[in-house]
Amino acid sequence: MELSKEKLLWMYKKMVQIRQFELKVDELFKKNMIWGTCHLYVGEEATAVGACAALDSTDYITSTHRGHGHTIAKGADLKRMMAELLGKETGYCKGRGGSMHIVDVSTGNLGANGIVAGGIPIATGAALASKLRNDGRVTVCFFGDGAANTGAFHESLNMAGIWKLPAIYICENNLYGMSNPVSKSTAVKDIATRAVSYNIPGEIVDGNDVLEVYEVVKKAVERARKGEGATLIESKTYRWLGHSKSDPRVYRTREEEEEWKKKDPIKRLGERLLSENVATQQELNQIEEEVAKEIEEAYQFAINSPDPKVEDLAKYVYA
Amino acid sequence: MVEKLYIDALAEAIREEFERDENVFMMGEDIGIYGGAFGVTKGMYPKYKDKLIETPISEASIVGAAVGAALVGMRPIVEIMFADFMMDAMEWIVNQAAKLRYMTGGQLKVPLVIRAPMGSGTGAAAQHSQSLPAMFAHIPGLKVVMPATPYDVKGLLKSAVRDDNPVIFLEHKLLYWTKGEVPEGDYTVPLGKAAVKKEGKDITIIAGSIMVPRSIEAAQKLKEEGIDAEVIDIRSLVPMDTETIINSVIKTGRAIIVEDDNKNNGWGAEVLSKLIESDAFDYLDYPIQRLAGKDVPIPYNPQLERAAVPQVEDIIHTVKAIFNKE
Repeated sequence: MELSKEKLLWMYKKMVQIRQFELKVDELFKKNMIWGTCHLYVGEEATAVGACAALDSTDYITSTHRGHGHTIAKGADLKRMMAELLGKETGYCKGRGGSMHIVDVSTGNLGANGIVAGGIPIATGAALASKLRNDGRVTVCFFGDGAANTGAFHESLNMAGIWKLPAIYICENNLYGMSNPVSKSTAVKDIATRAVSYNIPGEIVDGNDVLEVYEVVKKAVERARKGEGATLIESKTYRWLGHSKSDPRVYRTREEEEEWKKKDPIKRLGERLLSENVATQQELNQIEEEVAKEIEEAYQFAINSPDPKVEDLAKYVYA
Repeated sequence: MVEKLYIDALAEAIREEFERDENVFMMGEDIGIYGGAFGVTKGMYPKYKDKLIETPISEASIVGAAVGAALVGMRPIVEIMFADFMMDAMEWIVNQAAKLRYMTGGQLKVPLVIRAPMGSGTGAAAQHSQSLPAMFAHIPGLKVVMPATPYDVKGLLKSAVRDDNPVIFLEHKLLYWTKGEVPEGDYTVPLGKAAVKKEGKDITIIAGSIMVPRSIEAAQKLKEEGIDAEVIDIRSLVPMDTETIINSVIKTGRAIIVEDDNKNNGWGAEVLSKLIESDAFDYLDYPIQRLAGKDVPIPYNPQLERAAVPQVEDIIHTVKAIFNKE
């Protein structure tokens, strides 16, 4: 493999962080310790990590309602994330946003978004700003298959096409928009083919193969930095858990879920690292243990943090 | 001071802000060589080619992209061709621009101005004539201004561009070709400050946008009949300068509110409620009256169109009725 061991183990660790973070969140939900709702990224880790591995820390991303994975991959602090989910003043949004609104300006993360396709025009505007300033940054816009059927997707990708913006639109096609299968919601088989309408390249990647995601996004980043414009990448993947905590998953079979679990992106990278003698099982185990400790620390930090003060209710409405 | 057209004062403000801050730029449809549907950017194109981002007809993503650019430090001015077309962009105005700061605990800011011509009187009918300031004023996180004079449009546009919040900037179409004194060079008019446009002692007329010149004209005619009306231009709906309004009503003891948009749940109801919740209530000699547009889509026929919104004679009639002088 061409990538350094350090980079490969970073990818492995980030995916493990996302997985364990999400499983902890799921556990806290079941204990009624997290308010509202939550959309978990378990099974889709390779897309966020492969894409963010191809970015510089100063590059921007926009995320979605299923945003914990992107946020962690871009470098967020697990403690502040967990604190946000518990609604605490020490959270990224000081407890005002919750799961669907985590933003981390310090890592170039312009935010999750509670509105499907909400981030698509925002990413387009960030990329337009980079073009106007010639600052060399690129913006990666994550969104789901459902968002690809909104007007904003069409409007924004058209703008990116005419203005040759340094933007990379990554559609995480996890086969279902809530319950609606892509075959029923989307007139084309592959969302990437829509790139033709915007005169930009459209690529399909195996969204459960972090190295493939990385390679394709890296090429798109190089293209964007050279001023050659945007790329649409469709990452085919699967969410292991329900759409949100209230989803009984009646629209898909347990067999289908098991088939996809065989393509577990973490297991796949692990096996590859072992078979190509990049890392030992012991090293991988050590990463798992390190992450477990980080998650526990994040949880302890969050649970011991103060709630926001009710008298601060009206703070932050205006700058 | 030199007299200028409202539209020229507005254009001057935009050009001066382009020069002042490299982060200021404009997005909108046909704002390049064409100069914008109403001609606000006419003649700017050769010099400010890089500042005028001409967009496809994609209102949602025009505003959405401007929000994105604002988040990373730009200061976009969006021109929406007609305020009615802002309805296509409501998602990015209401759910994004207005909420991003709050829901991220103050991490993000959205320094964005969305300008749009509003209002009836040009025969453009229902989908090109509505005045909707109240709709935006209801949304926490937005600021809403509607300058009525050339002086105010220049000073308020500058304040709006320099403000770190999304500002909805509504220009009544019939004001574009009105004239008024405008100083040369840089000055600002603060957001959230009303202006006493004519002093008086008998009654307070609180008006906004096109209703300001109509109210001043009405006040001049009322003076001839012995009624000395004070005209307050509200200028900014959010934040609202309740102090100036309350003090005036305490002085005069009577008030009417004159709105260009239709009456039901309009901004005048908000002004009225602020007045009756305040000390001014104890000074009232007569119930506060609201004069606003009829609750109809704006019709095409010129007689109907005229009847749909308050005219000078309606203001005079309403005031005289209060004084029982009819």
